[in-house]
Amino acid sequence: MDYRIHHFGDNAIMIELGNEINPKILDKITLISNFLDSQQLDWLIEYIPAYTTITIFYDPFKLVATDGTCISPFQLVADVITQLLGRLPKKKNTENRLVEIPVCYGGEYGPDLTEVAAVNGLSIEEVIRIHSSAEYLVYMIGFAPGFPYIGGMSEKIATPRKATPRLKIPAGSVGIAGKQTGVYPLETPGGWQLIGRTPVRLFDPDKESPSLLKTGDKIRFKPITPEAFFAIEEGSNV
Amino acid sequence: MFKINKPGLLTTVQDLGRYGYQKVGIVACGAMDQFAHRVANLLVGNEENDATLEITMMGPSLTFDINTLLSICGGEFDATINGERIRPWRTVLVKKGDELKVGSCRSGFRAYLAIAGGIDVPAVMGSKSTYLRAGIGGYNGRALKAGDTVKSGKLSDLSQKLLQYVTKENPQKPIIEAEWSIASDLLTDYDTARPVRVVKGRQFNLFTEQSLQQFYREEFDITPQSDRMGYRLKGAPLSLETKTDMLSEAVSFGTIQVPSDGQPIILTADRQTTGGYPKIAQIASVDFSRIAQLKPGDKVRFTEIAHSVAEKLYLKREHSLLQLKQGLLLKTLF
Repeated sequence: MDYRIHHFGDNAIMIELGNEINPKILDKITLISNFLDSQQLDWLIEYIPAYTTITIFYDPFKLVATDGTCISPFQLVADVITQLLGRLPKKKNTENRLVEIPVCYGGEYGPDLTEVAAVNGLSIEEVIRIHSSAEYLVYMIGFAPGFPYIGGMSEKIATPRKATPRLKIPAGSVGIAGKQTGVYPLETPGGWQLIGRTPVRLFDPDKESPSLLKTGDKIRFKPITPEAFFAIEEGSNV
Repeated sequence: MFKINKPGLLTTVQDLGRYGYQKVGIVACGAMDQFAHRVANLLVGNEENDATLEITMMGPSLTFDINTLLSICGGEFDATINGERIRPWRTVLVKKGDELKVGSCRSGFRAYLAIAGGIDVPAVMGSKSTYLRAGIGGYNGRALKAGDTVKSGKLSDLSQKLLQYVTKENPQKPIIEAEWSIASDLLTDYDTARPVRVVKGRQFNLFTEQSLQQFYREEFDITPQSDRMGYRLKGAPLSLETKTDMLSEAVSFGTIQVPSDGQPIILTADRQTTGGYPKIAQIASVDFSRIAQLKPGDKVRFTEIAHSVAEKLYLKREHSLLQLKQGLLLKTLF
């Protein structure tokens, strides 16, 4: 496995696995994440996966003997990581999880659907079909709690952001910004073209897994009716 | 239990932060000045991660309905119990009916009020820290308001022993403080005359030579657009050798990133988990307190230290804190 290790301040280490958005790099990052999850490392605080990097935060004090030796905690972690990476299986032994996200397209749920269709010279139905027929990949989660950076959208429906951002975008909104598509987990301001909305909560702080999605998940958007939207929303609030 | 009479400017419940969920975008939060938070807890016999009240610029007034221990650490605030001045970085006995008033800060910006047993609020995703923007954690996800009643948790064995120890002092004294205080060399990291120590950031080499010189030579202003999420600085703009499009990657407490306008931002407790701006530097952990104690209008300068030096400083401070902890344990043996 090709990688580079960098220090990141005095309590984190960053493993760099490439320099482009690429499903193969995502696989490596998922592999390392899974591996870290399976280890009992008392110095490991947590890790943050991103497009081409995974950053591991550690407790330097737990890494060195408490008698005040001057060994570098970074070097200790770097050694452990190098060993771990050498022992990593070549391939993931599990398939990426597929998460289906129901979306009610258009109308009040997706006020910009007509604009996206017009910009691309397509009918509304074609935009929905293109958006909901692809399989997407979650490359990373960031920006906001549970916010997925998703890859895999067809360029046929790529649309520039709105000239003036909206002050409020409702939670669950599904949008397009340039060549990207995404779902807003929380109500936030934003300039994305809104094509629909999901009644499923992407972020729920009271759940043991507060984020519906994680890095490496596959996503499929499934068109639903306003009635189905309402029924799911009611159901999830019970 | 205690009642909030006046909330102060921004008083929130914080612990050492919400860890383990940054990988799904959940902001870490936690005390801005973790050192002060930890010492405040230790002085009343708490665990270092117990929740304290983070006080900002202008402190709260509160009335206690129990006898307990408290400690205020961090920036220098005027603080009184029933009108009698109390000292910071001390263990103080407070009695049922006493009113604690924390006034305005004389130096620094934030202080931590620890109460024996810790602030008792439900943990959300493993932490009691308040995340204001999302309304999560702490006291109903928000800053404290007048009229709130806040509970403190069960006293640890150590807190009980310290309470007994301090209660043995002369009860005629208007203010009962423990005779111990923390070693003055532990507080040298608060020296504001000294520049803030940083190590090179990951994209350090992408900046022009002139910008790098400027970064270490010039003073930066802390602008009013600074809060628990980050400090926006203002100075001569910094520029990159060539414009680069970076892919987002993890950021951390103390990351100094530079957006395209060339004005650096120091990321702090409520930072986003990832960012796509070039990182010019990373503040050494031992100087996080210095940052937390800066307020809008203050100035800041940076100086570079080697990564190995930052590590040594980190370990040295942890040893000092361990000694403080052991010293307090010893007090309870006699």
